[in-house]
Amino acid sequence: MAPLLRVQDLRVQFFTSGGVVNAVDGVSFDIEKGEIVGIVGESGSGKTMTALSLLRLIPEPGKITNGRILYGDKDVAQMTDEEIREFRGNEVAMIFQDPMTSLNPVLKVGFQIEEAMAAHRRFTRQQAKDRVVPLLSRVRIPAAKDRVRDFPHQFSGGMRQRAMIAMGVSNEPSLLIADEPTTALDVTVQASIIELIRDLSREMRASVILITHNMALIASLCQRVIVMYAGRIVEEGPTRAIFKNPQHPYTWSLLRSIPRMDERSHDKLISIRGLPPDLGQLPPGCKFHPRCRFRIDRCLTEEPPLAEVDPGQLARCWVLMKNIKDPESIAQK
Amino acid sequence: MSEAQPAAKPPPSADPTIKRPLVRVEKLVKYFPAGGGLLSRSVVHAVDGVDLVIGEGETLGLVGESGCGKSTLGRVIVRLQPATSGSVFFRDVDMTKLRGEKLRRMRQEIQMIFQDPYASLNPRMTVGDIVSEPLRNFRVARGRKAEQKVQEVMRVVGLNPNFVNRYPHEFSGGQRQRIGIARALVLNPTFIVADEPVSALDVSIQAQIVNLMEDLQEKFKLTFLFIAHDLSVVRHISDRVAVMYLGKIVEIGPSDAIRDRPLHPYTKVLESSVPVPDPDLELERKPILLKGEIPSPVNPPSACRFHTRCPIAQPICSEVEPPLEMKETGRFAACHFAGQL
Repeated sequence: MAPLLRVQDLRVQFFTSGGVVNAVDGVSFDIEKGEIVGIVGESGSGKTMTALSLLRLIPEPGKITNGRILYGDKDVAQMTDEEIREFRGNEVAMIFQDPMTSLNPVLKVGFQIEEAMAAHRRFTRQQAKDRVVPLLSRVRIPAAKDRVRDFPHQFSGGMRQRAMIAMGVSNEPSLLIADEPTTALDVTVQASIIELIRDLSREMRASVILITHNMALIASLCQRVIVMYAGRIVEEGPTRAIFKNPQHPYTWSLLRSIPRMDERSHDKLISIRGLPPDLGQLPPGCKFHPRCRFRIDRCLTEEPPLAEVDPGQLARCWVLMKNIKDPESIAQK
Repeated sequence: MSEAQPAAKPPPSADPTIKRPLVRVEKLVKYFPAGGGLLSRSVVHAVDGVDLVIGEGETLGLVGESGCGKSTLGRVIVRLQPATSGSVFFRDVDMTKLRGEKLRRMRQEIQMIFQDPYASLNPRMTVGDIVSEPLRNFRVARGRKAEQKVQEVMRVVGLNPNFVNRYPHEFSGGQRQRIGIARALVLNPTFIVADEPVSALDVSIQAQIVNLMEDLQEKFKLTFLFIAHDLSVVRHISDRVAVMYLGKIVEIGPSDAIRDRPLHPYTKVLESSVPVPDPDLELERKPILLKGEIPSPVNPPSACRFHTRCPIAQPICSEVEPPLEMKETGRFAACHFAGQL
């Protein structure tokens, strides 16, 4: 079966007064129908720019300068303005981190959801109106009938995010992109939003791309993980393989740098030395090598390709963690 | 479990497992006017009767969700804000009663690290000036001596001492947090309140700062109050954890015990909500979802404040407020049905 979405050699460049910066550089991946994929990375990794480019929402002075984003037989990068408008909202919906800035503060929540449907002409105005309350109930907003006439400020943070999700799924898209959807929310609210996304994906048979810096959320929701660093994919594979058997030193270190609820000993966390990459001044060779504890000479000059290390698991590394004896003691130094 | 008389139960501020108390908070209250005009009497019950003790050299974690009052509690303890009522004892001296020179002297021993290293550093001051400012303010050192001290603390927190003449914007988030830590350390304090010190940082940088704080604690015998919303970070760094909900502490205990067997239903809910970076464990984890929204601290629920959302609430919970009392040695919970969820 053909994948729902196929990204090939995507490059996003920003043309600034200080020079050209490659925010995304040669990224390729597929999203299967109904699949939940996580893209994880820290600031500057390119995870958000990758997501925005799928909807052609890259802010100025950024541009998609290379690659294809194939949705069926259409290339998103080549769509006309009319086509891209149809595509956004109808086929793909996006949920952002801060629901307050994504909602219009002077319009009633119900009306905004209705607008989102009417704008895409899948439903008539009356149909759209009738669907608002069921949609709000579907995202589990209590007393939805009364709440449709509320303004965004009358909603709590969690309810606003639910309203955004309702808007996102109102046209029954086949792909939902959620960019840090729970980062601004409390952990008890986060738990319910994650459950909601999981349930909606199952009910609508929609694919989900979850963009996050939180490895634990990936473990909770996603079937497959893409790890990004410095605008590149450095590791990719089934969630279980990535968590149990990470092969890229960045993935391996990241997993050991986070305190875990289930940790037994209070050992020192393994910290990744140095800073997240400055995209304007990337080093030669492997982009992670200045921070890597396991580098060899080759890493300083030659960038490794993203190569298969196990069936379905890819890593961009000359060394690979499976070739290192007692990595913990090396990393603790 | 002891069947002792209620009168014999020690309050959390007299926890018998804390041998050398450094900070003791008793019946601490902080209300803010809730707006609504001059004649409005409504107040935000930000901190509403908190009792706790922090032992010398320990890290007490303070965890809770946004709006629970944890930051306010931290700020009132260091006296960045005056208490409405109640006491904060530092080495058995009630700080809320101190004024003038005595307060200044005590304040040298108590420092704070803030969440946002971007907002808490003056962008027009050099790093050297920022770190040495407390030395000047408290007239501890000047000139060459101050310079030496600044270079020393910068080295201790892992900053290059040659950067003293640089400005905050030239540093990354993690380095700025190190500057904030250097400033907190320069007066050789004994007690540091850290309010969300890692939550604004990238994941790979958080571990650097957590490890640094642990090292500093060991090196300088520091006592920490570590405030954060992230239970896994708090648990990692803390010896004991206090859980706050709507202005009140609902549970205090050793961090392992609180994770393994939470006594208060809210602690249990929090604990069940935190995802673990392990897909196998995530398959089994069943978060307990809370009904409704967090009530307003202007008009908090009667008796037990958690009763409106508690999965095991009974009629008594809305009628009689459960005191924060010792349920087992060193473990305190404010619940009529502690340990039953």
